[in-house]
Amino acid sequence: MKIELPELSLVALIGTSGSGKSTFAKTHFKPTEVLSSDYCRGLVSDDENDQSATKDAFDVLHYIAAKRLAAGRLTVIDATNVQVEARKPIVKLAREHDVLPAAIVLNLPAELCQERNLDRADRQFGAHVVRQQSQQLRKALRSLKREGFRYIAVLNSPEEVAAATIVRKRLWNNKRHETGPFDIIGDVHGCFDETLALLSKLGYEVHDDEAAPMAKHPEGRRAFFVGDLVDRGPKSPAVLRLVMGMVREGAALCVPGNHDIKLKRKLDGRDVHLTHGLAETMEQLERESPDFVEEVKSFIDSLVSHYVLDHGKLVVAHAGMKESLHGRASARVRRFALYGETTGETDEYGLPIRYNWAVDYRGMARVVYGHTPVPCAEWLNKTICVDTGCVFGGALTALRYPENELVSVAAAKMYYPPVRPLEGAAAKAAERPYNDVLDIDDVLGKRIISTRIRGPITVREENAVAALEVMSRFAIDPRWLMYLPPTMSPSGTRKEGPTLEHPEESFHYFRANGVAKVVCQEKHMGSRAVAVVCRDEEVAVKRFGIPGQGIGTLYTRTGRPFFDDRSLESALLDRLRTALTNADFWERFKSDWFCLDAELMPWSAKAQALLKSQYAPVGAASRASMAAALSALQLAASRVGEVEGLVDRYAARRDCVEKYTDAYRRYCWPVSGIDDLKFAPFHLLASEGRVHADQDHVWHMKTLAELCDQGGRLLHKTAFRVVDLTSIESQAEATAWWEALTESGGEGMVVKPVEWLMRGKKGLVQPALKCRGKEYLRIIYGPEYTLEEHIVRLRGRSLGPKRSLALREFALGLEALQRFVEREPLYRVHECVFGVLALESEPVDPRL
Amino acid sequence: MWRVQLGGGARRSESRSDFMLLTITSTHRPATELGYLLAKHPDKCQTFSLAYGEAHVFYPVVTEERCTAALLLDFDPVGLVRGRRWGQHSEGTLAHYVNDRPYTASSFLSVAIAQVFGSAMKGVSKARQALADTPLALDVCLSAVPARGGERLLRGLFEPLGYRVDVQRIVLDEAFPEWGEGNCFELRLRADVRLADLLTHLYVLIPVLDDQKHYWVGDDEVDKLLDKGAEWLSVHPMREQITLRYLRHRRGLFRDALRRLMAGDDPVSEEREAEKEQEEEALERPMSLNDQRLGAVLAVLRDAGATRVLDLGCGEGKLVRVLLKEQSIAKVVGVDVSMGSLERARERLKLDRMPEIRRNKVELFQGSLTYRDNRFSDCDAACAIEVIEHIDASRLGAFERVLFEFATPPTVILTTPNVEYNGRFQSLPAGRFRHRDHRFEWTRREFQTWCTRIAERHGYAVRFLPIGVEDAEVGAPTQMAVFQR
Repeated sequence: MKIELPELSLVALIGTSGSGKSTFAKTHFKPTEVLSSDYCRGLVSDDENDQSATKDAFDVLHYIAAKRLAAGRLTVIDATNVQVEARKPIVKLAREHDVLPAAIVLNLPAELCQERNLDRADRQFGAHVVRQQSQQLRKALRSLKREGFRYIAVLNSPEEVAAATIVRKRLWNNKRHETGPFDIIGDVHGCFDETLALLSKLGYEVHDDEAAPMAKHPEGRRAFFVGDLVDRGPKSPAVLRLVMGMVREGAALCVPGNHDIKLKRKLDGRDVHLTHGLAETMEQLERESPDFVEEVKSFIDSLVSHYVLDHGKLVVAHAGMKESLHGRASARVRRFALYGETTGETDEYGLPIRYNWAVDYRGMARVVYGHTPVPCAEWLNKTICVDTGCVFGGALTALRYPENELVSVAAAKMYYPPVRPLEGAAAKAAERPYNDVLDIDDVLGKRIISTRIRGPITVREENAVAALEVMSRFAIDPRWLMYLPPTMSPSGTRKEGPTLEHPEESFHYFRANGVAKVVCQEKHMGSRAVAVVCRDEEVAVKRFGIPGQGIGTLYTRTGRPFFDDRSLESALLDRLRTALTNADFWERFKSDWFCLDAELMPWSAKAQALLKSQYAPVGAASRASMAAALSALQLAASRVGEVEGLVDRYAARRDCVEKYTDAYRRYCWPVSGIDDLKFAPFHLLASEGRVHADQDHVWHMKTLAELCDQGGRLLHKTAFRVVDLTSIESQAEATAWWEALTESGGEGMVVKPVEWLMRGKKGLVQPALKCRGKEYLRIIYGPEYTLEEHIVRLRGRSLGPKRSLALREFALGLEALQRFVEREPLYRVHECVFGVLALESEPVDPRL
Repeated sequence: MWRVQLGGGARRSESRSDFMLLTITSTHRPATELGYLLAKHPDKCQTFSLAYGEAHVFYPVVTEERCTAALLLDFDPVGLVRGRRWGQHSEGTLAHYVNDRPYTASSFLSVAIAQVFGSAMKGVSKARQALADTPLALDVCLSAVPARGGERLLRGLFEPLGYRVDVQRIVLDEAFPEWGEGNCFELRLRADVRLADLLTHLYVLIPVLDDQKHYWVGDDEVDKLLDKGAEWLSVHPMREQITLRYLRHRRGLFRDALRRLMAGDDPVSEEREAEKEQEEEALERPMSLNDQRLGAVLAVLRDAGATRVLDLGCGEGKLVRVLLKEQSIAKVVGVDVSMGSLERARERLKLDRMPEIRRNKVELFQGSLTYRDNRFSDCDAACAIEVIEHIDASRLGAFERVLFEFATPPTVILTTPNVEYNGRFQSLPAGRFRHRDHRFEWTRREFQTWCTRIAERHGYAVRFLPIGVEDAEVGAPTQMAVFQR
């Protein structure tokens, strides 16, 4: 006997003790699919036959079953299940998880079962037990269907049991193998002409004949109707004829809408009110033949309430579908697909208030649906409603999948007055866009974020806690925050000489990782600044959803506003905008906004507090102390001669301290306004539709140089050179360049592979290494780090954690940008940016 | 010798104190006797090995009239840092590595004094016991002493002990006069005092100047320090401040993480945060505004018959404590974005010692007012007491939605300062907010306009109540809005 089971079902094995359920389960199911009550009894009591543990055992069993079902796994319950009380919770569990309950009954003679039990030492209970179970089982056979089991198989003899095979059936809604392409069309409501117009516009070859309409795409694209073909509009029968024909020919797919189902109920003779446009449809159908009406009935009956397609990446249902119901089968799933969920309240027009499941949607599959007319189709958390109210005088819209392009044709007229004004809904939606909503569950707790360049990246809970506080209290509006820059590792540590860092170590690292060409960029000593600049405020509203906050933002590496002074920020953004305009970037990149990664100088502009609270006091205190110590030592020396070499030593130290003060002073100058600032961009991170990580760093340098040419005093070009790592001369030249830079007080340089993404033998190569000059490092390692006794030990620094961190943050930063340009929902961008911030709180030697 | 890593420190601050040069000058004739008292020969330069470096003792001046002993500390910061794991306790921020600690006086000085001048500090001298028991004219110089409390703190600490205090503030950087003067001082103390007392005073008070923690000395060191100062400390007018410095709380993992994040931005330390709170409290204290606020909130909650109350931005749990005592309230949920505040709330409420029934009434968790949160939904009243003014104006829209669109509690109570009243605070400079973290302070009109718009949008009725005594012209110091739907 062939037993068919839905691929996702909760299977109850039913049979008396000794009927061979466990053997059967072992034969036909994976061990992990089978939950045995005996085994659970053992789990809670160490004795599989301890009947007093039965209740706890079933608690455990149901708990595990629930977890499996929530994860979408077929589950088999191996217990006698002969009593109705035992089966009730199984049906309930199946319903709770929207899977189909199935029963396989091993209906074997009581004597046989008893005989088998006698062979087992642990089952020495009286014959009456099996006899009683046998009676209960016979009763069960009559009531299984009534109890809610949707699939029932009964095996009546040992032979039948032995011969049984199990076939797992795809669920009706499972079309994961269908990858499209599709043109998913919103609620038609009898708008036949618009449907044909839309299909033509989509490239279908249309046979425009109400009596025998047909449309086929020459390249085999398929139309996909989201339901509500009928009611309200002028030509429901023609629409039905078209869609039925297309489905029959394999040119279309269709899910039912609530109106279609209601029509079928009416045609079945049920008592249905002729409201909401059904009267019009019935009247139109009166002109059709009874055969056609029969055909309509069976067509609607054949429709599956929702589909999961394209390997789970696409879900189509009339009223949408929340994630927990995708690919499930139950009355609830069907109800949701047809009507959605309502909150039980009604609005000012007397219409039910719908639970906006899409706001909470966090699934990976795109969900395309109709049902509720919207003024314009817009993505919200990977869901989109394509019902643009054609019958109400709006438009008929299709979503081209996988291209995700929208194609519309306007309605020829308003066929039916809308109950709730469409425009009003638009105004309401614009006022409170749901795309902006961030949920605490999007960021808190341990999180694993998947990135395209480096796979999953883990954010630990305590780091998320820290990031939440900083993000909430100090960060800019998250809608601007599309990127946070990664930390950068220094070059390897120089093993000898008076410096810790040197270009050779950087070159060596990259060459050893298979990189042939690098770009060396002058490293400016200022503060990291990321700028988002829009063409005008309207773009800020339209693209970023941020009204009244100017044309952009300038923020620090931890997402804080760069300036406390808003007017300084807007002056700077304004100059950037002018430069972008003069350099013709808006047209050239077909973008209304840009995101730039830059260094803003002087250091003292942003780090004033730090300088005053930390760097300057070190200089002041050290110089004061050194002077006092040195004069005391000199006095002592003049009295008693040599003071154990201390005079020389302290003279050397005083020298260090002077150099330290000189080092930080170079990066400070007074700022009284924007004219004292320098903005040096080095990455053109993103513009509309593109993250420019596909362009190499030479392109970035050259492109940004063009921008700087138009940038007046504010924009500052970054010096750079390309170095061939297979040429000694080329490297020597670069080293000489670095020496010149650092000797004249520069911080040093950044060395990057020419390409943004390079993979070496151990995966992703560092995107950049910094190579800092000897004097600059006094600010980092302290005034006296160059003294031999210190530097020898500092060489033991470990770069591993910093480099790992740099790569993870780099991957998250790029991921955030990618998601932003792909117009993913805010929470998807935010989780990456939040991740960078959280990772920044990981413990790493801050001097690196 | 440059950076000194201190076990628990890590709190960045302007004042750091590690000593570099201490000189003690005696003019008690014959001044050379100082060598006997210190038990260090004036013609030698001696070096002592300390746990974290070296100390050198030598005499720059030795005459009958005047004898100066110098204690020069030489730390080995690299040795300290090496072998430690990043992130444990404190090594979080860069600030920790470039600091003035090695060049200024600090707790290390205490260690050095105790070790190098141990017998002198005990008042014991084999050769000159009588002299050791006699007050001498002593003159002490510390080359660089940081003191965040400034000159006042220095004087406050030493003058009650009979010292003449001379303080010279060290300019931050003469190249940038606009940066002003720092909090680092050259300190000179003069008094007729027993050498042992002088050393003990330095031993106890120098670390007090230091803003840092002292894990490095170990917890028992606290007792030792207090023990050293026992006699005079009990009558010192600043005894509380002195002892409090040693009684700071341990910090959790997340605080280190947070500190690392904050590095490079405005220095925010817990102490600073607490200080800000205190400033605001001090301002409002005379009218016990906080009590009146909490009372008014309670009155509204009683009136609304609320049983499950959400306290958004609960801080250290002042309102939570009040609500816990209220029988009609079955559940109090305190939310704050700062885990540090929540931890202090737990401590102050003594949650772990609370009877279980009461304990079950409280729930405290980290949450943010700009992130939608399901946990906010299950309450019949939400309070945000003196909270909105800490949210950036540009983020108020998100706060509004989180509370009024998604959480939708039947009753919402908001309070915020009435900026019109600020002029009535004598000590508040014009134009300054009451708290340095306030992003804005609103007039009554501004607050009411904002609230009314929210109420309209989300189907609430709103009414406004004054908190504190109303001034005919400028209104009450605090304004309250009560939303109900």
